[in-house]
Amino acid sequence: MMLKLANLNHTSYLIDNVIVVDPARNTMYPGHVAIVDGKIDAVERGRAKEASLPIYDGGGLHLAPGFVDIHVHLREPGYEYKETIASGTLAAVAGGFTAVACMPNTNPAIDDRSVVEFILKQAKIAGRARVYPIAAATKGRKGEILSEYHELVAAGAVAVTDDGSPVASAEMVRRVMEYAAPLGIPFIEHCEDMAASGDGVMHEGFYSTKLGLKGIPAHSEEVCLARDLLILKSVRGAKFHAAHMSTRGSIELIRRAKEDGLPVTAETAPHYLCLEDKDLVSYDTNLKINPPLRGAEDRVAMIEALKDGTIDCVASDHAPHAAHEKQVEFAAAPNGSVGLETMFPLLVKHLVKPGHLTLPQVLSLITNKPAQCLGIPGGTLARGVAADLVLFDPEETWTVRRESLHSKSSNSAFIGHSVTGKVKHTLVDGANVLPSRVGV
Amino acid sequence: MSTTNRKHLLGLEGMSAEDLTRMLDTAESFKEVSERPVKKVPALRGTTIANLFFESSTRTRISFELAEKRLSADSVNFSVIGSSVSKGETLRDTAENIQAMKVDMIVIRHSAAGAPHFLAGLLEASVVNAGDGAHEHPTQGLLDMFTMRERWGSFAGRKVVIVGDVAHSRVARSNIHGLITMGAEVVVCGPPTLIPIDIEKLGVTVETDLRTALEDADAVNVLRIQLERQKAGLFPSVDEYARVWGINSDVLKRAKPDCVVMHPGPMNRGIEIAQDVADGDRSVILDQVTNGVAVRMAVLYLCNGGAAIESEETESAVDAKATKGKQVA
Repeated sequence: MMLKLANLNHTSYLIDNVIVVDPARNTMYPGHVAIVDGKIDAVERGRAKEASLPIYDGGGLHLAPGFVDIHVHLREPGYEYKETIASGTLAAVAGGFTAVACMPNTNPAIDDRSVVEFILKQAKIAGRARVYPIAAATKGRKGEILSEYHELVAAGAVAVTDDGSPVASAEMVRRVMEYAAPLGIPFIEHCEDMAASGDGVMHEGFYSTKLGLKGIPAHSEEVCLARDLLILKSVRGAKFHAAHMSTRGSIELIRRAKEDGLPVTAETAPHYLCLEDKDLVSYDTNLKINPPLRGAEDRVAMIEALKDGTIDCVASDHAPHAAHEKQVEFAAAPNGSVGLETMFPLLVKHLVKPGHLTLPQVLSLITNKPAQCLGIPGGTLARGVAADLVLFDPEETWTVRRESLHSKSSNSAFIGHSVTGKVKHTLVDGANVLPSRVGV
Repeated sequence: MSTTNRKHLLGLEGMSAEDLTRMLDTAESFKEVSERPVKKVPALRGTTIANLFFESSTRTRISFELAEKRLSADSVNFSVIGSSVSKGETLRDTAENIQAMKVDMIVIRHSAAGAPHFLAGLLEASVVNAGDGAHEHPTQGLLDMFTMRERWGSFAGRKVVIVGDVAHSRVARSNIHGLITMGAEVVVCGPPTLIPIDIEKLGVTVETDLRTALEDADAVNVLRIQLERQKAGLFPSVDEYARVWGINSDVLKRAKPDCVVMHPGPMNRGIEIAQDVADGDRSVILDQVTNGVAVRMAVLYLCNGGAAIESEETESAVDAKATKGKQVA
């Protein structure tokens, strides 16, 4: 008689009757997992035989390393009305994420040791997903003075960025790369030429012309990326990660940089794989995102770039905003969509189901690969690592509704979309961190 | 007629030739009302209309007001310049408050593209777009088409040239949608920095050389040039603009002899349009203004659920239908 995972109350136990998905090894097989003291002890094929540990029934679900999202806006401190670390990490575990890296465009920005410590403390109190703070590259994200990287890294920061804005000057980008290099942390750039974007609110193309909305050209992203890659060439030891890539031209730049052997990694977000500028004909402000939803050719190229590895991983760019902030004229609405709870089922629906990638390959994009980009733990089923796991049904189809989201904000670009794949259990250190839901 | 069921008029994009024709026909019937000694029909008696103008406007606002009065509607005006943020109340709250006072129709002018669509999704009231950002200005498009049709009868084989700041022009977009649907040829002309990307995909031809563009034109619609575009670096100087893209009697020689000159106003005389052209024989600019009232009467009447009125119907039929239309609604 196997125990039910919903009632999990051991720290050493077996999960039997699961399909193990190991993205780092690109394998998928029926198996069972032994967890001892919250760590993975063994992952084996077939059904469990010996019963020295209590056995929980995996119910035939798929079991994989917990998902890792390296681009999340948790909004705390400063914007707790949009999201808190507690609500954001609840949304994370509901979406199958056991680790998230949070962006520094908080108030105050994460440019001081005390803010890193505060975030880690709040995350511990919340007790859901692991949180890895990403520090501001410059004080106040103003692009003028370097933040204290040594202090910030000692406190737990894992990378630096001024995300939300680019580091505007070439000189400062160089200094950021130089100063970060010996610490081994990547500089993450929000690639945007602010003058090129101007007061644009959507991708510049036929649809911006038709809708009468000011356009943001593709080259706004590309010129900033190209500049940073040129600087990267001359800074020894620097690591560079390009956030939320959205255009075909950016993919070409990354491809060439990788061919040249530059230490560059890149991410894209689910909305650049599933939505296009033409979807804005409704003027739905939940689809107002920065970088903007691009054209059809960009979307198709982005899927190809994931297939050939030019783009390393997918991150949600989870960007909560309160309903009243989005219920305004399109041009006046803030940028961003929540994404933690829809990322996995969107990728199953749009990448696995059409046959672009296999399930292990897609999971790799949201487990071991993003973890490698930031050099953080997670994404593997190796013996001895923390038992951060997710159990899901890859076939369950459901419709995204405001009420189904756990985030404090419901500004999802995918409200009303039918998606495939449902997270059933999320474990961190072997403990169930996802409160049971109706119907689970 | 599908237009009668169309509660809102948000734009001319997507409207069929049949819908456009019936709107123009209905406007033709209403035009006569403004010629009477008593310029009033009871078509919208008991209907309350709020004119929400979030952007400065003189002629469009007055034109809508006159249209409403001549249809016997009760109307109120609300003018606040600025965005939701600067005026301290959101567009949503403003609109919902006005609707709570049981307003049947809302006419909105707003600097943000999509603002009328936002209200249409929010409110029970009919929404008529009186210009939204650089998106559409459907009643202007209709009155421009009405003015052309008065002279031509039909649009087939006619060439219309739209000159100026097409990128920021809602007038241009509404003209393009309506005219292409009705079978006219549309050429847009202006500085390359003011021609929006991929506009050819709307079915127009782009020609930056004014002389070439005007070749055999039947109408030239001259757009107002905003001086802030020069400050934004989109063209070097007003002088150069006037020399290269200004409409004067010399360049008009390239067009057909009976080519009409239109302008949505307000004009910058001596910049996008020369004084003698603005006041010349080919100018139909004041006809456009006259026709604007009739077109807006037709739009308000049809959006309120009125039955279409055919152009050949008599004065008494207009009155009868206009009255009946109200009773049905």
